[in-house]
Amino acid sequence: MNNPQFLLPNAVMDLVLQLLFTGIGIGAVYALVALGFVLIFRATNVVNFAQGEFSMVAAYLMVVFAVDLGWPYWLSFLLSLAGMALLGAIFNLGVYYPLRHRSFLPVIIATIGASILLANSVLAIYGPQPQVLEGWFETPGIQLGPVYLDSQYLLIIAVTIVMVAFNYWFFEHTMLGKKLQATSQDKEMASLLGISVSTMIMITFIYSAVLGGLAGILVAPVLFVSIQMGSTIALKAFAATIIGGFGDVAGAIIGGLALGIIETFGAAYISVPYKDGFAFLVLVLFLVFRPQGIFGERVAEKA
Amino acid sequence: MSAPSENMPIAVTAPRAKPLLLRHLPYFVGAVILVTLTATLRVDGYIHNILMQATTFAIAVFGLSVVLGLCGQINLAQAAFFGFGAYAVGIGTSDYHISYWLCLAAGCVMALLAGALLGISTLRLGGHYLAMVTISFQQIVTLIMINTIWLTHGPDGVSNIGRPALFQSPQSYLAFCVATLALVGYFVWHLPDMKLGRAMRAVRDNELAAGVSGIDVFRTKVYAFALCAALGGLAGGLFAGGFAYVSPDQFSFAESIVFLTMSLLGGVASPIGSAIGTGLLILIPEWLRFLKSVPGLYLAIYGLFVILIIRYMPDGIWGFVSAALDRWRSHAEPVAVSAPLRLMPATVGGDTVLEVTGLSKYFGGLKAVDAVDIAVKRGSVHALIGPNGSGKTTTLNVLSGLYKATAGRILLDGTDITNLPPHLRTAAGLGRTFQNIRLFRSMTALENVEIGAERPGNTLIGEGGDNALTARAMEALTFVGLGPRANELISSFSYGHQRLIEIARALAANPTLLLLDEPAAGLNSSEKLELHELLKRIAAQGLTILIIDHDMTLVSEAAQHITVLNFGRRIADGESMAVLRHPDVVSAYLGTE
Repeated sequence: MNNPQFLLPNAVMDLVLQLLFTGIGIGAVYALVALGFVLIFRATNVVNFAQGEFSMVAAYLMVVFAVDLGWPYWLSFLLSLAGMALLGAIFNLGVYYPLRHRSFLPVIIATIGASILLANSVLAIYGPQPQVLEGWFETPGIQLGPVYLDSQYLLIIAVTIVMVAFNYWFFEHTMLGKKLQATSQDKEMASLLGISVSTMIMITFIYSAVLGGLAGILVAPVLFVSIQMGSTIALKAFAATIIGGFGDVAGAIIGGLALGIIETFGAAYISVPYKDGFAFLVLVLFLVFRPQGIFGERVAEKA
Repeated sequence: MSAPSENMPIAVTAPRAKPLLLRHLPYFVGAVILVTLTATLRVDGYIHNILMQATTFAIAVFGLSVVLGLCGQINLAQAAFFGFGAYAVGIGTSDYHISYWLCLAAGCVMALLAGALLGISTLRLGGHYLAMVTISFQQIVTLIMINTIWLTHGPDGVSNIGRPALFQSPQSYLAFCVATLALVGYFVWHLPDMKLGRAMRAVRDNELAAGVSGIDVFRTKVYAFALCAALGGLAGGLFAGGFAYVSPDQFSFAESIVFLTMSLLGGVASPIGSAIGTGLLILIPEWLRFLKSVPGLYLAIYGLFVILIIRYMPDGIWGFVSAALDRWRSHAEPVAVSAPLRLMPATVGGDTVLEVTGLSKYFGGLKAVDAVDIAVKRGSVHALIGPNGSGKTTTLNVLSGLYKATAGRILLDGTDITNLPPHLRTAAGLGRTFQNIRLFRSMTALENVEIGAERPGNTLIGEGGDNALTARAMEALTFVGLGPRANELISSFSYGHQRLIEIARALAANPTLLLLDEPAAGLNSSEKLELHELLKRIAAQGLTILIIDHDMTLVSEAAQHITVLNFGRRIADGESMAVLRHPDVVSAYLGTE
């Protein structure tokens, strides 16, 4: 990338558009992972600190199936998502479910333990060398006026739009979605109405593992597939949920997009090595000045 | 409920007879022996390094035992704070040739300030925020260590780190570190019984109750966090001097997880646990060196450990051992006499203790409380009644500061408390109980009431020494009839007794006004009678009470004055019998024909 300071004004405009596109693409990934965060948080009232590792594991599964074994991309994709569904179920049974009656602190510590376990198990199996995963399409992208639209970014944005729409339809217009909502709002009442709370929580974990996995598979061709990608993405996604308003679905998406854009511009105009620091800076600003986020309301504990 | 025996002498824990330092003498003798041994015994370099690492790490883990064990807040950046100390000593002594002591102090102060700032920005929010923000902070510190090469030498790290002239030899330096460990350990061990430590435990157990007991919850958390960070800095400074070389990977997120695992494994509640956990997690990897040949395997096992400990041994090894020891230890307690409880409510203002004017609380469009006036006369029992959803508890929560008033003014004894946070209202003389009981679950009845007695502004505890607090708390517990069971844990009391302990906690504070939120809820009929009896004895001492309840018998017998709310508005106010016959009140309760 050219140094922005030495470009002509309309070239600056072009660069801005290009950065905006890239930012939205990256932001969409954060939004997808943030969505997984929010779903688990609403269902269980705990933040799953291993959410980012779901993305990382799915990306490695893709590398195993599509690169190492050389299977077709679509088949690898489906197998990876199936693997994530399985991981979500195991995660629920092994980490969350036994602790469901304990306070939030033991639960988040356990999910942090799980995140360390997942990341380092992959490291032990695969080694520290980052892996490369090809994009879904043969065509690298299309030139639209001054802006070059990378095909993988286009795919990411499209999938995010589809998933957000699906999410809305699923939770607002299906019985299962309504049962999931009921469970997240009042577990006792839901169980009295004959809803199996443990099944609903299981579904939530599976769904959000698949969602996290999807984000990981989509972003893998853009970044390298590495052990650290999980924690990096999770950190941004969490920041996105705070910026948007904790526990709010629309907030998570807006927050994710905003963060992607801020980060891309920050890297281009301020500093590349500190790219990952901008999310933290924005996060702290929000925590200090607007802790309830863009959409959130201040909630007081009932006495 | 046992019959209250207010003036009878009762057996309780004796006021601590021997001075504190004398009772703890064995600890110091042990510490001196340990330091002498390290200073004189010759060990080979390998063992020396392990001891050096264990000693410095243990100090950092003590920090976690304060923040996580005592205060219930999480810190996933302890390695970053450790790094502050290590780099301060490293860069200072090696590049700028500044005195070791100055660098060590600077490292501690930097870690302390960073911890305080981080805490101030985040600790008002829930624990999830703190976990994520500390992880972010940890990542940022690592980024800075690697990228600001002019200062930190980047990935190469800092070498040739100096030691103080006094402790030049590795062995004497190790002895110095062990001595520091012993001192810090003493402080952390003793902290739970100090005012700050008690406040931390109260915050961990129940933040709302801590707030209305007069504890500044936010400040207590920030102190815990800053203290943890400072101990991390101290440990890091000692570490840098011990190994003479530091590099960024020693202070990464992975190391923060190692610290956390050490703390959890040993038992987060006690420094003994921290020492056990640190020792084990430094020794075990040395025995299992082959694991280190596969990158990641090692930390993967740590991750698994964390999950398993949390699930199967939440109190860690020491928690497990000490629980077993407790069962063997006899519980015979020495005898002491407790005086009858004195209540001396402050009298600053005039006839009206509480004057509420135009108080409103809206939740969005819902007017939960709407322009309510209440005047509570000094020495009276005033009841606030109304059907479910009429805004009674909301009013109480606005009065005690858990909710912010949308409009209106609250005067307590002439002082405007409308905009004060809960702990300052308590300091101003407000006491309260909760409808759903909020006690500090990990503590004994006595400790719960002591926290109440410690209210800032309580004139009846003198200087606030341990003996005065214990005496005051015993008086309050005896007053409610639970004196003999003072040293039992909260979980061993029945629901009705827990309610009495809550009342005792409020009484021990010697409040000017006592707010009781549905004290009769969930009590059986004989317990209700005893509660009524207790209210009479409290009122007889001249303490003003504002009570919310559904129980009309209790209200009509106990209260001289009644205010009635319906749909957030005051619909009647006046002398008890007149109000209860008021047609609006009757229709609000029974419906209109």
